[in-house]
Amino acid sequence: MNTPSQHNNFIGPEYPNHVKGRSIYVDDIPVMEGTVYIKIFDATIAHAKIASIDYSEAEQIEGVIKIFSAKDIPGENQIGGIVPDEPLLADDEVHYCGQPILLIAAENEDAAEDALHKIKIEYEPLEIITNPRVAFAKGKLLSPTRKFVIGNSAEVFKNCKYVFEGTTETNGQEHLYLETQGAYAYPTEFNSIKIFSSTQGPTAVQRTAARVLGINMNNVEVDVTRLGGGFGGKEDQASTYGTMAALVAFILKRPAKCVLHRMEDMRMTGKRNPYSSDFKIGLDDNLKILAYEVTFYQNGGAAADLSPAILERTLFHCTNSYFIPNVTATANSCKTNLPPNTAFRGFGGPQGMFVIEAAIDFAAKKIGVEPYTIQQKNLLQNKNELPYGQIIENCEAEKCYNNVMQKANISQLKNEIENFNIKNKFKKKGFAFMPICFGISFTHTTLNQARALVHVYTDGSVGVSTGGVEMGQGLNPKMIQVAAKALGISTSKIKLETTNTTRVANTSPSAASSTTDLNGHAVQHACQQINTSFHSFIKKDLQLNEEDIIEFKNEILTVNNQSKNISWNELIAKAYLARTNLSAKGFYATPTINFDKTKEKGHPFSYHVYGTALTVATIDCLRGTYEIDFVKVCHDVGTSMNEKIDIGQLEGGLVQGIGWMTMEEIVYNEQGKLLSNALSTYKIPDIYSVPKKIDFEFLDTQNDNLAILKSKAVGEPPLMYGIGTYFAIRNAVLAFNSKSAITYNAPITPEKVLMGLYNK
Amino acid sequence: MIEFILNNQAIKTEQPPGSTVLDFVRYHKKLTGTKIGCREGDCGACTILVGAFENNTLVYRNVTSCLMPLINAQGKHIVTIEGINQTELTPVQQAMVDSSGTQCGFCTIGFVMSLTGFVMNQTQTSFTDAIKNIDGNICRCTGYKSIEKAAKILSTQIENKPTHNTLNWLTKNKYLPDYFLGIEERLRKISIQQYPENKSAIKLGGATDLNVQKHQLIKKSAVQNLYDNASLKTIETINNEIILGASVTVAQFAESSIIQPIFPNLNKHIKLVSSTPIRNMATLAGNFVNASPIGDMTAFFIALDASIIFNTNRKIKLKDFYKGYKLLDKAEDEIIEKIVFSIPSSTSFFNFEKVCKRTHLDIASVNTACLINIDDNNIIQQIHLSAGGVAPYPKYLSNTCSFLLNKPINKTVLQEAITIMQQEIAPISDARGTTEYKKLLLRQLFLAHFAELNVEINFIIN
Repeated sequence: MNTPSQHNNFIGPEYPNHVKGRSIYVDDIPVMEGTVYIKIFDATIAHAKIASIDYSEAEQIEGVIKIFSAKDIPGENQIGGIVPDEPLLADDEVHYCGQPILLIAAENEDAAEDALHKIKIEYEPLEIITNPRVAFAKGKLLSPTRKFVIGNSAEVFKNCKYVFEGTTETNGQEHLYLETQGAYAYPTEFNSIKIFSSTQGPTAVQRTAARVLGINMNNVEVDVTRLGGGFGGKEDQASTYGTMAALVAFILKRPAKCVLHRMEDMRMTGKRNPYSSDFKIGLDDNLKILAYEVTFYQNGGAAADLSPAILERTLFHCTNSYFIPNVTATANSCKTNLPPNTAFRGFGGPQGMFVIEAAIDFAAKKIGVEPYTIQQKNLLQNKNELPYGQIIENCEAEKCYNNVMQKANISQLKNEIENFNIKNKFKKKGFAFMPICFGISFTHTTLNQARALVHVYTDGSVGVSTGGVEMGQGLNPKMIQVAAKALGISTSKIKLETTNTTRVANTSPSAASSTTDLNGHAVQHACQQINTSFHSFIKKDLQLNEEDIIEFKNEILTVNNQSKNISWNELIAKAYLARTNLSAKGFYATPTINFDKTKEKGHPFSYHVYGTALTVATIDCLRGTYEIDFVKVCHDVGTSMNEKIDIGQLEGGLVQGIGWMTMEEIVYNEQGKLLSNALSTYKIPDIYSVPKKIDFEFLDTQNDNLAILKSKAVGEPPLMYGIGTYFAIRNAVLAFNSKSAITYNAPITPEKVLMGLYNK
Repeated sequence: MIEFILNNQAIKTEQPPGSTVLDFVRYHKKLTGTKIGCREGDCGACTILVGAFENNTLVYRNVTSCLMPLINAQGKHIVTIEGINQTELTPVQQAMVDSSGTQCGFCTIGFVMSLTGFVMNQTQTSFTDAIKNIDGNICRCTGYKSIEKAAKILSTQIENKPTHNTLNWLTKNKYLPDYFLGIEERLRKISIQQYPENKSAIKLGGATDLNVQKHQLIKKSAVQNLYDNASLKTIETINNEIILGASVTVAQFAESSIIQPIFPNLNKHIKLVSSTPIRNMATLAGNFVNASPIGDMTAFFIALDASIIFNTNRKIKLKDFYKGYKLLDKAEDEIIEKIVFSIPSSTSFFNFEKVCKRTHLDIASVNTACLINIDDNNIIQQIHLSAGGVAPYPKYLSNTCSFLLNKPINKTVLQEAITIMQQEIAPISDARGTTEYKKLLLRQLFLAHFAELNVEINFIIN
């Protein structure tokens, strides 16, 4: 067990640039002369036939160049990534409020804005469905129902001492990346287009734009400098705006910019999928969970987007960090008239975990034990089989859990909280443990591949391109670390280039917590190839033996650990003159993983990340407000290659998870209109609402694993610690009103707390 | 023409006076360090510093440039990140880097500007003040703990900052570039000229609400600036009455040495009202004429039984100002000039309560203020209660007040008062809560007033 301070703290050139305001996002790219500005005319009704549309008057406005409808699309009007079920521009029907119908291209934004108000549209309303269970009952599914089965739950329930059933709800979550969706495109030679996009998936933008424009992928170049946050929201949905900019630029042969206003972004883009779920849990005398059945109703919105894949990950994580021998888990992706919901940090995992945690909490309350007693008795162990067939190895579940229990001195803490609750009439405290187990890899095995391009220039400096996108997660500094270590040179010699599809093709999106692992290995592979050619040149040049071991330490050559007083720069210059290859393309495909969807069994994850959080919250029983006293976490990072970045991901993920579970409330009315449509009505945590104290302890492990430099993925797992906050607050409500009829319905807003405190 | 100093550059511009400072710096001056996050003052990504004379002293405040109309820049020093940058990182920038207070970088500039505003502040120098200065900045990546660390570093660093010649110290220690030393002199040469009175012009105070709702309209319209009108900026005591100029900002109200002794819990109350950058711009009268049913300062002043005086010299009670949803007892060309309230007696008690989804930088689900005076026999001698979020306009709970007047405080009376109160409100369900919730919440906050007064309320709750 190590304290974080023993780890590497390299931050790279990003932070200094950020604090000076010199980092470049899409809207900061200097626009070229003749740039066209795009505004989207979108649906105001959630489900309807377009009876008529007239934009002739709008086209007459001074400054308006052209208004694009579906009919102006030269290729296919189709942007669906997994299922081809989503047009770029609605043609005859609209399926959600905010669905793009027309694009207004104008000389400036004001003209485009004016034109919006001159468009006349008539709708013939169709039935609007916003509730996934209603959609399910009507047979409206986005993809086939999936089912994971292990053992025989139905049979085993008969032998359980305790069996409980219940229902849970988790609401969606707005990504609220601070930089809204956007793209800037311009035409290039040979009928081609270049797109600067704020996307997590450059290849997705490239593929979609090529399809819509009816050109080859080699005619579309996508370039990404960095993102002002993504969180999954720009994994698939950035393609829409990249393609819109490309379409206008391609047709008008002028540069075109499409950057969304915050309110446009909020009403047009999908969010984390809300879920409604039913559970049944069976335990024996010793509180061992013997059987678990769960049915998920995922609110997918109006098109599949990534929902089928998200649904799959919900199933993978439906038993969280517990071993349950008999599980039947069924998942339905339901089609509703909301914007297509999409990836969001955790990708369905959090929604699955919430249900099992609610089931355990429910069982504990009914039996009259602490939830942690049940949690602790059922934690995963090595050699346990998960419902999808993967066998657990290098399990850290118990180590993390016990660490937090001991550090928190649970019996003393419990006493303190009980005493506090007795003494205070209108303040109550509650606590909850939240263990996590999160699988690392894209569950779609194909995506677990990456490429990188490394150039060593004749002055010894190095340029690295990968398929990964820097969006605040610290990918670039970590890639620099990997290259520096592999080449034996200083990090200051290495520059991370923009992500560009002409340098690195066929990229997987920066997602699934896997970007650093995949691209890091690809960088390593490229560096190894350069080392091979470069080292063989050195051996020849210095007349060394084939077996001699060449390394660079602080950029000075060492042969068999003996310093040679010749620098990297000097040797690179010589190597070039001697016609040595100093560039290489690296490739990595995660070994050992597989998954058979016909059997729903396999080994989809390269490894799992574990951890446990303890949350203590205090509620004000007069006002229904709450504060989070502290969150104490023990997290399995493997061997962190960068403490600062990893802590940043842990804290940020936790707080985002807390937001999802507490104040972030997406509100649609029954007509499918978004009411929480601005930052004034949708609230994410501010500096006053975060836990007063967050303690992270790294569980440092030296186990061999497939993580890059043994530094485990850290992007998504910490978000799920936020679920603990839900239960801590709920327990505090029950401390005030033990008979409260408060349901398992997240987020637990101040409204739900107050209603829970005073219902009977 | 509008004249001001942008960073180190003198500006004279014919850009529309109702356009925003944000668009001016980003798109006309190509200073892209200032980011656009929401255009409604709710994220802080566009935070800049504005230096202006207050009581003849140059004071810098952090504001959200998305809400600031260009006309309000007249005669001021507008500072963007580009005006702070030097060759090396400033101590504020260094603290943000050292504590990993940045991830994606998009909100970062706003934090740097707000924290720079903090280190420039003459009086507010504690860690709590540092956090207060970034309470209008939203970050989606870090979870704020690292930014708290940066604030801690800075509040420690400025412990020895002198109270005189502060600017010298700040430039010497590289918090600010040297050109800041010459700004005051340069600014004094630019007049705070008033735009001529124009009846058809849209009158602008801080524009913190107008620019959220009607940014396009303001940009295209003739506007008249009330914000910097010196006669609307005064805070005075005359004959036991406080007289406030209509353009006094919430921040100036909260910081006033005249106001503070009147409200012992003022800081606690004001902390619940929007955020530092918004309070730095938002005017009191602006909050009143905006007529939002949940205006915080409106609820505050209704409970003080305040009056407003128009330019026509007409004087009415603030509680009588509202006639319906966004419907005011105000003629087209009437402008509020003064706000007047009697200093509450020393035996009285004032309280403000507000609950929303997020405790700070949020709009209330329900808010309420209460001024109450109870005599030694436990009889209510004076009571004024306001409530927001429970009616189409800011509500004076007149029936409840009439009932409670001259009554003793006991279980029966409070229960009856609650029944009456529930009958005089009609909250609607919206993104801020359901009807049932708002009714329950107002009952709770009504009781919270008494709990704050140390009245035993257990007996009513259960």
